Amino acid sequence: MSPQVEAAFARLPEYLAWHVLLSASALGLGLLISLPLAVAASRNRHIRWPVLAGASLIQTIPSLALLALFFPLLLVISAASEDLLGYGFSALGFLPALLALTLYSMLPIVRNGTTGILSVSPAIIQAAEGVGMTPRQRLLQVELPLAAPVIMAGVRTAAVWTIGAATLSTPVGQTSLGNYIFSGLQTENWVLVLFGCGASALLAMVTDQLLGLIEAGAAKRDIRRAAIGAAGILIGIIVALTPLISFGKPASYVVGAKNFSEQYILAEMMAERIEDLGGEARMKEDLGSAIAYRALASGELDVYVDYSGTLWANVLNREDNPGREAVLEELTTELAERDGVLVLGSLGFENAYALAMRQDRATALGIESLDDLARRSGGLTMGGDLEFFARPEWTAINEAYGFDFRARRSYQPTFMFRAVTSGDVDVISAFSSDGRIAADNLVTLADPRQALPPYDAVVLIAPDRVNDARLLAALRPLIGAISVEAMRDANYSVDRDVDKLRPVEAARSLSQTLGLD
Amino acid sequence: MADPRIALERITKTYGGHQALADVSLQIAAGEFVALVGASGSGKTTLLKTINGLIKPDSGEVRIEGESVGDLTPHLLRRRIGYVFQEVGLFPHLTVAENIGITPKLLGWDKARRAVRAAELLDLVALPQEMGGRFPAALSGGQQQRVGVARALAAEPHIVLMDEPFGALDPLTRDSLGDDYRALHERLNLSTVMVTHDMTEALLLADRIVVVADGRLIADGTPQALAASTDPAVAALLAAPRRQAERLRARLGETA
Repeated sequence: MSPQVEAAFARLPEYLAWHVLLSASALGLGLLISLPLAVAASRNRHIRWPVLAGASLIQTIPSLALLALFFPLLLVISAASEDLLGYGFSALGFLPALLALTLYSMLPIVRNGTTGILSVSPAIIQAAEGVGMTPRQRLLQVELPLAAPVIMAGVRTAAVWTIGAATLSTPVGQTSLGNYIFSGLQTENWVLVLFGCGASALLAMVTDQLLGLIEAGAAKRDIRRAAIGAAGILIGIIVALTPLISFGKPASYVVGAKNFSEQYILAEMMAERIEDLGGEARMKEDLGSAIAYRALASGELDVYVDYSGTLWANVLNREDNPGREAVLEELTTELAERDGVLVLGSLGFENAYALAMRQDRATALGIESLDDLARRSGGLTMGGDLEFFARPEWTAINEAYGFDFRARRSYQPTFMFRAVTSGDVDVISAFSSDGRIAADNLVTLADPRQALPPYDAVVLIAPDRVNDARLLAALRPLIGAISVEAMRDANYSVDRDVDKLRPVEAARSLSQTLGLD
Repeated sequence: MADPRIALERITKTYGGHQALADVSLQIAAGEFVALVGASGSGKTTLLKTINGLIKPDSGEVRIEGESVGDLTPHLLRRRIGYVFQEVGLFPHLTVAENIGITPKLLGWDKARRAVRAAELLDLVALPQEMGGRFPAALSGGQQQRVGVARALAAEPHIVLMDEPFGALDPLTRDSLGDDYRALHERLNLSTVMVTHDMTEALLLADRIVVVADGRLIADGTPQALAASTDPAVAALLAAPRRQAERLRARLGETA
């Protein structure tokens, strides 16, 4: 077995356990809500349409968006509950994933439940009334048993959807089999992506078959078959969950990482340093950019690395650019005052947004700066990462230079680099510490009008950890210690196509290079 | 004199603008077999369903064995009254024996008592015992309606309501089932109310025929009394079976 696959298998018990716990809870909760709704919808014509239309509407929301929407919603509710009841709850991780997946599981159950109950023949209903059943007895002894096969078919569909969609809960901070997929996509580790997809598909297939046994048992009135299916599901859940008994205990420190290689490497590095000092550290990877800071401010995360310009624009909503030092200084005071967050300091390198082009293309067109680019932009196509065109940085450079690109396209960062090297796009939004800039023979364009804010990588500490001596001792040596060249090399060792390192290996090698181990 | 088993007093029922029952009064004694006859939409089925509370009248009172239906809990009332209808409505997920035992089960009879009762009823409706373990889908139409009758009788009701009970059966099966039921009716001293649009069936089975038209009772009497009626609507209803009987006699006479 290759070391990559071996490493993937090593994490399987944890990922699978969370995936099963999440899917099973969502499906169970979905059933608890959907069945009464289906009964109500079958009883009352007036609520049937709103219920079915509502369930369909939820289905039209892309599952990733639905998952992401629950985070701000829960933050608001959590804050309100903290004000009113004195305690809040975690808006990150399990809860938003559970709620979104529960909503997602409802449509097939509600729809099949309603159809199943309504399709019981009028003669049977008349007989049930005639023999003297109460409405409740009619439901439990006649309608639900007769509708059971149709309802079970809906549950099967819901189960397959839920297990598939659960892979998308990784970006809101919930560990799942999606961790393989998201990390694999970021680091172009296709083995990891396939492993994650395969594991989740296999889980869905096995679940579907077991639920199929229950469905067939219900249809053929074969209790034995249904019992085998139910027992299979139950045993599967219990076995899958056993690793959680050890994984589930809360780690003393939660280290956050956004969804790109540099973040994985830095998080691994910080986690290892915390453990070296006797602390326990757990990683929360693949967090969305907007989610990470709020998670830290609310104490979900203890530490992560962000970039001064990102915080400046997105957290403080500032559009001006007073210069590198001033931005850092003002951030430090403002974040401390506003949220109690400690900016421990800059790691020593910038990971700035920079527009990059292929060297040969830039030379041929005579483009060295954004001013040059603006003059030629009418004939060029611009590629951005998924969030770039929605970010204030894009608005800022657009206003400063007046671009007029022929077309704009958004990519996953990995594919964005492919697009510029292959010539699909002419210029991309890159990061200055990205190892692929040098490796792919790209040049970054100068920003003479200083429209892009500085992006010093800074270590942020959660409000309730600002006086944690062990944490500060573990992380202080990193401040000012990492050069952009060292970071670029480490990033490239993970991002390159051949001879890739895993983030944890890259972190160790970076520590060694910098003499920090 | 004791209360009649069933007493309907000044019942009216209106659907939308249509008057289904207009001021109907009717009394049925123990042991009577009454046929409600009339065209489709005459109100005969509505009348039947007011007796076991499946339809609530707008005004008037229904009394069952002296108790006003308005004071009784509907599902408890129905457990006291057998109900047989054309579509049978056997529960497909229950065995024949479980179907027969459903009302006793609702009444809280224990399993052993229900099994004994189901076996008795299979005998009563002339079905073999081994049929008890089968599911309804494995039975013929006539066998299914025999189970329907058995289910209606399981909780030992005094009253049985039948809505076109033999309408969907072939003539031979209909005949034998009708005769068998009539015998049961006498043996158990039931009060039976049967809705039918088939005057011949009514004449052959019932002691008393009540003719319903446009929500009113236009005739009420024994088959012989009805035959003597001068009412043109009643005469028209009797014309068809008479003509049939004459033609049969003529043709059978010719070939004999």
